[in-house]
Amino acid sequence: MDGARMSTLASLRGDIARIEAPTEATLPNRVALGHAGADAMLRGGLAAAALHEVFAGGHQGGAATGFIAGLAGRLSSRKPLVWVRQDFADQESGALSMSGLAELGLDPRLLVTVRAADVDTALRTTADALACDALGAVVLEVWGNVRQLDLVASRKLTLAAQASGVTALVLRVAATPIPSTAETRWIVRAAHSPPGNAASAWGAPRFDAELARNRHGPVGRWIMEWKCDACLFSEPSAYPQPLAATPPHRPHPAVTHTERRLAG
Amino acid sequence: MRAVVGLPLPLAGEGWGGGISTSPAFERAPTRIASGDAIRPPPQAGEAKKVASVVVAKDHNAILIQSLDEAAVRAGLSIGLPLANARAICPELIVYDADPLADAKTLNDIADWCDRFTPLVALDLPYGLFLDITGCAHLFGGERALLQSVTGALSRRGFAVSGAIAGTSIAARTLTRHASGKIIADGEEADAVGPLPVSALGAADAITAGLRRAGLKTIGDVASRAPHEISARFGAAFTTLLGHALGQGDAPISPRKPLPDYIVEKRFPEPVATDTVIAMTLTHLAGMLVSAMDKQGKGARQLEASFFRTDGAVRTIVVDTGRPVTKSDMIDRLFRERLDALSDPLDPGFGFDLIRLAAGRTEIVVQQQRDLDANVHDNDELSALIDRIAARIGGKRVVVHLPLDSHIPERAALAVPAQQNLAVATAAAWPERIAGEPPLRPLRLFDRPEPIKVPFAAVPDGPPHQFTWRRALHAVVRVEGPERIAMEWWKQDGQSLTRDYFRVEDAEGQRFWIFRDGLYENELRDEEGKPVTANWYVHGLFA
Repeated sequence: MDGARMSTLASLRGDIARIEAPTEATLPNRVALGHAGADAMLRGGLAAAALHEVFAGGHQGGAATGFIAGLAGRLSSRKPLVWVRQDFADQESGALSMSGLAELGLDPRLLVTVRAADVDTALRTTADALACDALGAVVLEVWGNVRQLDLVASRKLTLAAQASGVTALVLRVAATPIPSTAETRWIVRAAHSPPGNAASAWGAPRFDAELARNRHGPVGRWIMEWKCDACLFSEPSAYPQPLAATPPHRPHPAVTHTERRLAG
Repeated sequence: MRAVVGLPLPLAGEGWGGGISTSPAFERAPTRIASGDAIRPPPQAGEAKKVASVVVAKDHNAILIQSLDEAAVRAGLSIGLPLANARAICPELIVYDADPLADAKTLNDIADWCDRFTPLVALDLPYGLFLDITGCAHLFGGERALLQSVTGALSRRGFAVSGAIAGTSIAARTLTRHASGKIIADGEEADAVGPLPVSALGAADAITAGLRRAGLKTIGDVASRAPHEISARFGAAFTTLLGHALGQGDAPISPRKPLPDYIVEKRFPEPVATDTVIAMTLTHLAGMLVSAMDKQGKGARQLEASFFRTDGAVRTIVVDTGRPVTKSDMIDRLFRERLDALSDPLDPGFGFDLIRLAAGRTEIVVQQQRDLDANVHDNDELSALIDRIAARIGGKRVVVHLPLDSHIPERAALAVPAQQNLAVATAAAWPERIAGEPPLRPLRLFDRPEPIKVPFAAVPDGPPHQFTWRRALHAVVRVEGPERIAMEWWKQDGQSLTRDYFRVEDAEGQRFWIFRDGLYENELRDEEGKPVTANWYVHGLFA
């Protein structure tokens, strides 16, 4: 490859980088998550009008759903939320419970659920929904590794989200991350309740959220707590901050015996 | 004036044998006849060499002739004759078994095809149709031309058909029983029907025989008697029938489909088959429909596009909307989505010669200030989106959620189609969440609780120390509970065991909602009163 060609390639690459990187003026508005560390890393919060992915292991569906519901709650702010999912996701990880959603501080009245028969339909429906600027966010839930959700598909979703300003959230349970045009990618696991007395044994939902990819910034890993009343993520109250270094699959040393309290 | 075409198919005593073919009878009917002709020697001019064919049905363990063709009549067979006797009379008889279902389908298909003449088509079971052509005849070149085109098209397909036009449906039907092609002006029914034999009325056999025995051979004879004499002998129902046949009063016909509020259609001199032309036609029709509705301030809630194929098959595609649609591009888009997503695509065959767009249900559109009120705009956008998705994947797959008044977790919410219930769902009152409490209900709820294996519990009423769910062992680290939920004992649906729910957290921090089905001491006992082990289930996952 001669020098002229190399320089052409380099200039083209530069062009593409310039096109893809949003300038300060066109930076999408960001929605603060509430967790100071994560917000700092994300330069103010999660970008609206973009695609965000949440991955979780096959048995971590509950935690991942809670996390993405939290993101959707932050992003949609009193606007309707469309949740697209495959039919068999109900069998695999359970149907979305409205009372559970209400307990998290989200409004079931603003939820429209689309039950797609297959991934192709789900993708197309999501792209359609993203074009509707009356929505707050669109959640696409896909179970397992699917061929259809490739780079092209995620590019389509990103473009649709950018055009309308609606945020796309993709929940991938039991899937391995593949290249995509997502703005951020999170890997979510359930986090322990804080060690402590029995009365506080059952607290707010906690997530071990790993920011595995961030197109415009560094990555990190935090323990986040969802404040149901404020509809906000926050630092866990009882942990010292850098505890995320502890491998999450190992039980906390303080938790050695079964704690139990009667329901009030 | 009301004009009604009666079309009995097949003619009594001259049956085509509607039961020969199975589904789809209408389309296969011509081929059947063609193949039937092929195996028979071609009829010589002037002499009837056709082999007689009959349709038989089992009636009280006797196989009787149900209908028969002209050759069979010539051979001396008649309806109601046992098949064994018929074979003795005419050994080379071709016999078909009656198939009432296929007959009904054929009649329905023909009625679909007749929709092109008038939206008011009624079935006159088992073999007849009524077409209310009031105000339609001029579109087809007058009543005579209309009747000829209907009967002509049907007889070309091999049906034995007879039609008549009269002011009342019963009069038209009575006329067709005797001769085809009669057109009787309003008020002249009595003269036209009078000379016909009483059997043409189609009353019960006992009544017809009774009339004959009394010496009343024609309808005119019967009409000349005083009505109360006839009523006393043959019942009031027959008097009513007679009155209708004579043009006094009218029995209403019941059309198969409700009359659409608006219809626009496009007829093609040459059948069209290309997608572009079809799409353009739909766009054009949508514009016409919208301008027609606009004059009365209406919007469509249900749209119906019918595609009439040249070979008689009719395909109807229905699209429902959540809000009255008043824009032609929206109608256009809905149909494009629907046509794209059809599992069996629109098959033009040899082309469509008529495409019709109808607004089945319309509503008055409330005019709203759209530009300033963002809320109205958002609601419109959302319902338009729901309509589009529903047009593609089906209305039942786009759902909103309504709260139900039940404390059973799986019955606390109801998913209902979003198109019809969006407004209700937006205004629904969900139970308020208690501030400061952690989530007490799981985010993910299994429709059917999944059984888990619990090796033992420390105390019978207590929570398990560990459990196996989906082949993975979970050690219970934290427990909260029990929360006791009794079933709705006032409803008799079999499920009556009380559940003790526990919120548990395992060693990895995952939170489950598990329950034990049944109470020890009270419910978990077999017939002899011995305790049985409880079943455990996982019902949901917390965030």
